[in-house]
Amino acid sequence: MKMVTAIIKPFVLEDVKGALEQLGVLGMTVSEVQGYGRQKGHTEVYRGAEYSVDFVPKVRIEVVTDDSTAEKVLDAIAETARTGKIGDGKVWVTPIETVVRVRTGERGADAL
Amino acid sequence: MLNAGSTAWVLVSAALVMLMTPGLAFFYGGMVRSKSVLNMLMMNFMCLAIVSVLWCLYGFSLAFGNDLGGGLLGGFEYVGLGGLPTDPIGTDPDKIPILAFAMFQLMFAIITPALISGAVPERTKFWSWGIFVVLWSTIVYFPVAHWVFAFDGTTAETGGWIANTLGALDFAGGTAVHINAGAAGLALAIVLGKRRGWPRDPGRPHSLPFVLLGASLLWFGWYGFNAGSALGANQNAAIAFTTTTLATAAAVIGWLVVEQLRDGKPTTLGAASGAVAGLVAITPACAFVNPIGGLAIGVIAGAVCALCVSLKFRLGFDDSLDVVAVHLVGGLIGTILIGFFGTTSLNEASADGLFYGGGFGQLGIQVVAALAVLVYSFVVTAIIALVIKVTIGFRVSDEDESTGIDESQHAESSYDYSGLRSSGGHSSILDAATSKVPASAGQEG
Repeated sequence: MKMVTAIIKPFVLEDVKGALEQLGVLGMTVSEVQGYGRQKGHTEVYRGAEYSVDFVPKVRIEVVTDDSTAEKVLDAIAETARTGKIGDGKVWVTPIETVVRVRTGERGADAL
Repeated sequence: MLNAGSTAWVLVSAALVMLMTPGLAFFYGGMVRSKSVLNMLMMNFMCLAIVSVLWCLYGFSLAFGNDLGGGLLGGFEYVGLGGLPTDPIGTDPDKIPILAFAMFQLMFAIITPALISGAVPERTKFWSWGIFVVLWSTIVYFPVAHWVFAFDGTTAETGGWIANTLGALDFAGGTAVHINAGAAGLALAIVLGKRRGWPRDPGRPHSLPFVLLGASLLWFGWYGFNAGSALGANQNAAIAFTTTTLATAAAVIGWLVVEQLRDGKPTTLGAASGAVAGLVAITPACAFVNPIGGLAIGVIAGAVCALCVSLKFRLGFDDSLDVVAVHLVGGLIGTILIGFFGTTSLNEASADGLFYGGGFGQLGIQVVAALAVLVYSFVVTAIIALVIKVTIGFRVSDEDESTGIDESQHAESSYDYSGLRSSGGHSSILDAATSKVPASAGQEG
């Protein structure tokens, strides 16, 4: 099993969610996060002073899938979240040892 | 002769009505999502700023100057709030200074465009909204206020057509304020279009305490709106105060009973909305009905408006905070029900409605007045909105809307809990100060 983690612009979340539903992904975890990558934040002017904002608001999506769909999920997120502008984010895949469904105690792929 | 008690009451009423606009801002502000609160408050607060200036420059004159013809628009003799009569105005024994009347009426002119903002929150460009308020006040509100509020011989010799020629009864602005704002809200919601994701994501209220606080401030301020419209410390003010209280109370119950039967739960949002629906409906009728009439109008408005909030989902227009269901529908109910519940037993200036042996005469007059304001407001608002839309644009970009209008329009957010933003940023003023420190200093680590 794999975990696909994506850091994307909040604006594209609804589109990404729709694309993953199309693929048959049954669940995901979403959190509001802040951070920076190569874009290194930006500057803003407020009350006459210029501020640099280092941490930019992003959305993190986490999806656990079986091995065969991980690549499709990765591609779907990357394509849907792409605006071509700086700050589109990143997606990565990590291996998962095992998964347990809390209610039933099922393990592995059955728990997905 | 100037009446000190009446002058004091009208000035206090003006201040009470002023507080309704910030109250409305919190009523609306609690209903939007947490990323849109500041913009919602600003859309309302800006009406205080913009309309006050317009009112002095030409607004009061267009509404209350001597009629230019047909009862449609006032003249220009009071431009800059100059050339005003020095003698007190009104009917004996309640004469007040014309400036007290002008400031009282200003607060009505402020809250009416503010009411419209509830139809288009979370997506409107801030300065486009500002320009809309200027155009709408000038082309829609000032003329309609002249039609409804300018009585012959009060501020000028000849007034507006609804008040004088038609003879419709509208004590405190069911037509000029609520039907007017409701119809405009409908037009604006249609021209601007729905929010991203609506109606799949209806955008639940982010702070119901704000909503109830705002509704309570509105209820408090509404005593100035309705009882103050007696323009004197007199019997009509007391009648209006009484029916306003009773209608609002009954409307809360009416709305909550509908919710209980339809949805299984009475909600805080329903209680707040019910109160506002009752206040809206009693506004035109408040000194023309008796206490039982007030209760009846309130409970009808509460129940009917509660049923009307689902219309937008069926018809597909995103009137986000139900300006149509509460102000247009509530305003129509109150204006038309005068034709049923009106009674001359308490106030000779009223008319007997159907239930008091008056026949259909007044009912017909009320319907004409309501429809005239509805149609004029809807059509002209749609034209103004389309002009703004095709010239400077009326909506923020999809990305800005999704990120949050507070951030994109104002570079602010209501609730900065994480602290990441402030600790992550630094001011260039500080940079300039620290750059004077020799480069070698502070590099020992």
